[in-house]
Amino acid sequence: MSETGFDHALYERFPTKGPRPEGELEELKRIWCAPKGWQLLTAVNNNYIGIYYIGTAFLFFVLAGVLSLGMRIQLAAPMQDFLPQETYNQFFTMHGTVMMFLFAVPMVEAIGVLLLPQMLAARDLPFPRLSAYAFWAYFVGGLLFFCSLFVGLAPDGGWFMYPPLTSLAYSPGINTDFWLLGIGFIEISAIAGAIEIIVGVLRTRAPGMTLDRMPVFAWAMLVFAVMIVIAFPSVILGTLLLEFERAFNWPFFDPTRGGDPLLWQHLFWFFGHPEVYIIFLPAAGLMSMMVSTIARTELVGYRLNVLAIIATGFISFGVWAHHMFATGMPRVSTGYFSAASMAVSLPAGIQVFCWIATLASGRIRWSVPALFVVGGLLVFVMGGLTGVMVGMVPFDWQAHDTYFIVAHLHYVLIGGMVLPMFGAFYHWFGMTSAKPLSERWGRWAFWLMFTGIHLTFMPMHLAGLMGMPRRIYTYLPERGLELLNLISTVGAFVIAAGVLIFSVDLVRKFRFEPDEGAGNLYGGGTLEWLPTGLYSTRSIPLVRSRDPLWDDPNLAKDVEEGRYFLPGSATGLRETLITSLLNAEPQYLQIMPGPSPWPLAAAVGTALHFLALTVQAYSFSLACGIVAVVCVLRWLWETDRPHRLREADVGGGIILPIAVTGPSSHSWWALNTLMVVMGMIALMTMFSYLYLYGIHPEVWIAPPPLGETALVATLAATAFALAWSSRRMLSRSEPGVFPGQGPWLLAAASAAALVASSSIDWTGWRAAGLDPAATGQGATVFALIAFQSATAGIAVIMALYLGYRSGRGLLSGPVNVTLDVVTRFIGYVAVQGLVTGLLPRLFTGA
Amino acid sequence: MWPPISMESPMTDASTVFDAWWGWPPPVLDPAGPYAESVTVLAWALFAMGAIVTAIVAAALFVAVAGPPRWKARLGGEHTVWIMGIAFPAVVLTGLLVWGLSLTASLTDPITGREPRIRVTAHMWWWDIEYLDAAGRVVRRDANELHLPVGQPVVLELKSADVIHSFWVPNLSGKEDMIPGRTNLLKVQADRPGRFGGICAEYCGGPHALMGFVAVAHPVAEFERWLSGTKVGAGPAVAQDVPGTVPAVTRRTPTAVDAAPQVGARDGQALFLANGCAACHRIAGTPANGLSGPDLTHLAGRLTLSGGILPNNRGTLQGWIADAQSIKPGNRMPSYDNLSAEDVAAIALWLETPR
Repeated sequence: MSETGFDHALYERFPTKGPRPEGELEELKRIWCAPKGWQLLTAVNNNYIGIYYIGTAFLFFVLAGVLSLGMRIQLAAPMQDFLPQETYNQFFTMHGTVMMFLFAVPMVEAIGVLLLPQMLAARDLPFPRLSAYAFWAYFVGGLLFFCSLFVGLAPDGGWFMYPPLTSLAYSPGINTDFWLLGIGFIEISAIAGAIEIIVGVLRTRAPGMTLDRMPVFAWAMLVFAVMIVIAFPSVILGTLLLEFERAFNWPFFDPTRGGDPLLWQHLFWFFGHPEVYIIFLPAAGLMSMMVSTIARTELVGYRLNVLAIIATGFISFGVWAHHMFATGMPRVSTGYFSAASMAVSLPAGIQVFCWIATLASGRIRWSVPALFVVGGLLVFVMGGLTGVMVGMVPFDWQAHDTYFIVAHLHYVLIGGMVLPMFGAFYHWFGMTSAKPLSERWGRWAFWLMFTGIHLTFMPMHLAGLMGMPRRIYTYLPERGLELLNLISTVGAFVIAAGVLIFSVDLVRKFRFEPDEGAGNLYGGGTLEWLPTGLYSTRSIPLVRSRDPLWDDPNLAKDVEEGRYFLPGSATGLRETLITSLLNAEPQYLQIMPGPSPWPLAAAVGTALHFLALTVQAYSFSLACGIVAVVCVLRWLWETDRPHRLREADVGGGIILPIAVTGPSSHSWWALNTLMVVMGMIALMTMFSYLYLYGIHPEVWIAPPPLGETALVATLAATAFALAWSSRRMLSRSEPGVFPGQGPWLLAAASAAALVASSSIDWTGWRAAGLDPAATGQGATVFALIAFQSATAGIAVIMALYLGYRSGRGLLSGPVNVTLDVVTRFIGYVAVQGLVTGLLPRLFTGA
Repeated sequence: MWPPISMESPMTDASTVFDAWWGWPPPVLDPAGPYAESVTVLAWALFAMGAIVTAIVAAALFVAVAGPPRWKARLGGEHTVWIMGIAFPAVVLTGLLVWGLSLTASLTDPITGREPRIRVTAHMWWWDIEYLDAAGRVVRRDANELHLPVGQPVVLELKSADVIHSFWVPNLSGKEDMIPGRTNLLKVQADRPGRFGGICAEYCGGPHALMGFVAVAHPVAEFERWLSGTKVGAGPAVAQDVPGTVPAVTRRTPTAVDAAPQVGARDGQALFLANGCAACHRIAGTPANGLSGPDLTHLAGRLTLSGGILPNNRGTLQGWIADAQSIKPGNRMPSYDNLSAEDVAAIALWLETPR
């Protein structure tokens, strides 16, 4: 059955017969060739960005690991002076922060960037410059953030940064600002990557790769990215609010002025718990792929496994408050969150037994990845079981914030993510390196890590039950903790020895080679094992099953000979196939941008912008911010150019259009995902408003008069109507004829109406006597207006960019991607303004 | 299960009694009251569950990778996922959940309002403890030491003066956060006399690691006597190593102090006031009325100093006054290293006067 009207009978034309034209492959190579020398920094191809990304994330893993060794030395005996108190507090804060934000999430995202296009047989991810930007922002921002440690300015409030400890009164230094701005900014890069991955998985799969034939890893990355898009806005908002409290004295978390410290905990853990699954799911996806290869048979319970991944994503958003059982929550809430915490372990059980059943049903070939998979599975199960224990509220009241939890979370994250990651390094090494890693060294690395993990973390369970709280820089003697801590310290060095062996082997063996790697060392059956170059596969295969390489022995040869889709370049530019959502039917040909220095420049500008904010160099910060915006616009400038061809032959005589707008376009999907991100920020801000109203209604004052409310709403509605008429005007213009300056002027008027609406909103509340620094109501209302104003400001920039393009004659009807994106963004901002503007006016004073 | 700890009165011989504070058996598994006890039972059940399920998964994994082909074939199908990955955990988890929820309900049973109340206010990095009468008036203010009557439920009003802290005496109950702007109520009960270690469980910056206290459970009559202000004995006056506190070797006690001549208590008071100690500390019946630091009225009767980390004796008290910043870096008490050993000794002597 066809989803898009594409005739499935056309699939019978593949593999095509007959010789391919001379020079086709050479042209493909020329188009996709990487820049040379220092210009390699401008590469945007996922092979390069993926490797840079993985390398950087691994560097942070090692750095955060070194911090943990320092902590373990300090705790090896009671009352030691190895790390002074302040240093230790910075170390544990940085260890948690770096492992979570600079290692775990970027690492799984990086593995996705490297593997996904190959696994889906796409030429590249759909927005290569966006991935380059996301990577460089993370690279520059992450390293600068880490360097705060060397000057004693690293954050020291714990990775969870609870106010009021992190409020200005108790943390006057800029250490906290490093965290808030550094991490807030790196989250933005994670979101950029997530948008890329969502669109990549949904729209750039090889033809015939229905959702039901998609590799489990792609499913996991899809859910991962959706979870990032929903969860990360919450912590971004939290960091913004706390930074506003610190910088402008807006009392979001100050109970004496109608704020509440627990608001932060809700915002943080609404992100923080899904975060655990955000890290675990992609690794579980890698496990599923590796298990199937190790057992040399298809995954048992593929659909159950996929369902489990989706269920985990859903349920994980309902468990955040289990980090807050000890805050004195009502009994009904603890009951609900306890039940949800139990429920979320069910899908994990499903995945574990899918893997065990797969191993049982196949013929196992022992290898280093197999060791890491089996070891990781066992460690993960043990961590999961202590997780069930702390899901029980009464037990959690005892175990919470003790070393029992430290043990639990390390078992879960190491078993669920770190060991699978090492397995994946071995498993997919042949894809990018000319030489494989040593199996003998690998076995040493595994056994050292596996032994070290139990040696380090097993005693911590008992230390917690003996009353050892978390985040302590020392402990008193003769409380029975000496021996347990000494064992843990020894164990940590055993793990480090394992990581060291791996790292040395990595340096010995890694030779980057995207074209002729060491190859399919373990006999995997999915598309990433087709012969590839920087252009991915020579031709994009037709997928007929879940393990196409195992099911069609000729596939690799046919793909290599160009007997499938897109055997060369149809337009002489970088391009990839966009396929439909469910059944991956070919829809259109997307032209992709090539190497560019602008994403790098924009990333450096963004990173310096945030860093300068931290050290309060405001004018320099503003300058860097402007540079960053200009660089982004500059990189966009070369995109969305009308092509002389309107359609092209993508192989087998199948003719597809080039570039479309509307729901079938991949930019439509990306923009919608961005709207979800912004909608979540608006939603969480409204939640903050309502939450504080629920706790401190006594500080609420009456809203501005009704007439003014009507004005704010009317302006927002007008903006929406103008944006819509701009699209109408363009769509009525003749193909190929310049539509005039009307469409962009309408868009600009629309953005101006939004700015007017926001400023009237602002002055109205001020006139009504609301002061952002006075009460929780003031802080949250002005936070809503500030967010609306910021997005309206972006709308203005976008409208002006559209105007510039229009002035240079780059606007063409009846469809234009730039205008489509700009006007729909403005329309969204108008709706957001309507909602966020009206909500606080509904709640009158007490 | 654990050897019983003999303890008729907690005020007897310090060196044996202190052993019961920490260490073995783990306090979470060594309940001294009904609220901790039911959690201990649950904890053992959970540990058993964890061990059994780990064993089952490990066995299944072993069969899957190295078992005889016949067993492997049995395990290698989707039915394994349905039975062992869905049905089995669902049954176990549902059972646990029902138990956990009903236990939560019984642990948060309603507060009648007739229980004796004690207000515990956490400060960076010490505990302010106020005993309230039925009308809510403070009858006794103390610091870093919580006295409880045995066999009676007591309601603790948990507050914070600055950042978030968490109140935890593992022998008595689970922990409860102390959040600025809120008052959390926690019902505790000790069923046997004893001294139980308490500690702050929520990271509160700086020397969070050294923010402890002692909970002392007395037989009711003794508790009433203690509360009404009858002298119930002072801490040991001679320096000695006490398990669970900083050992003498790492304490930075000025050695000259021990040899210092005895000075009159009146001088001590004058020095105390002259050096600004009264800006933070209150001592009832004297002009010292500072409220931002621990109340020192009943210092003589306390078991420990500086938040449960030093045993209370002349040497440690002098050492603390002279060099608080080395003992507990970052705490709010400055090191009075400008004072002569004689002055420090005089202040300590005056503070040790039972009141």
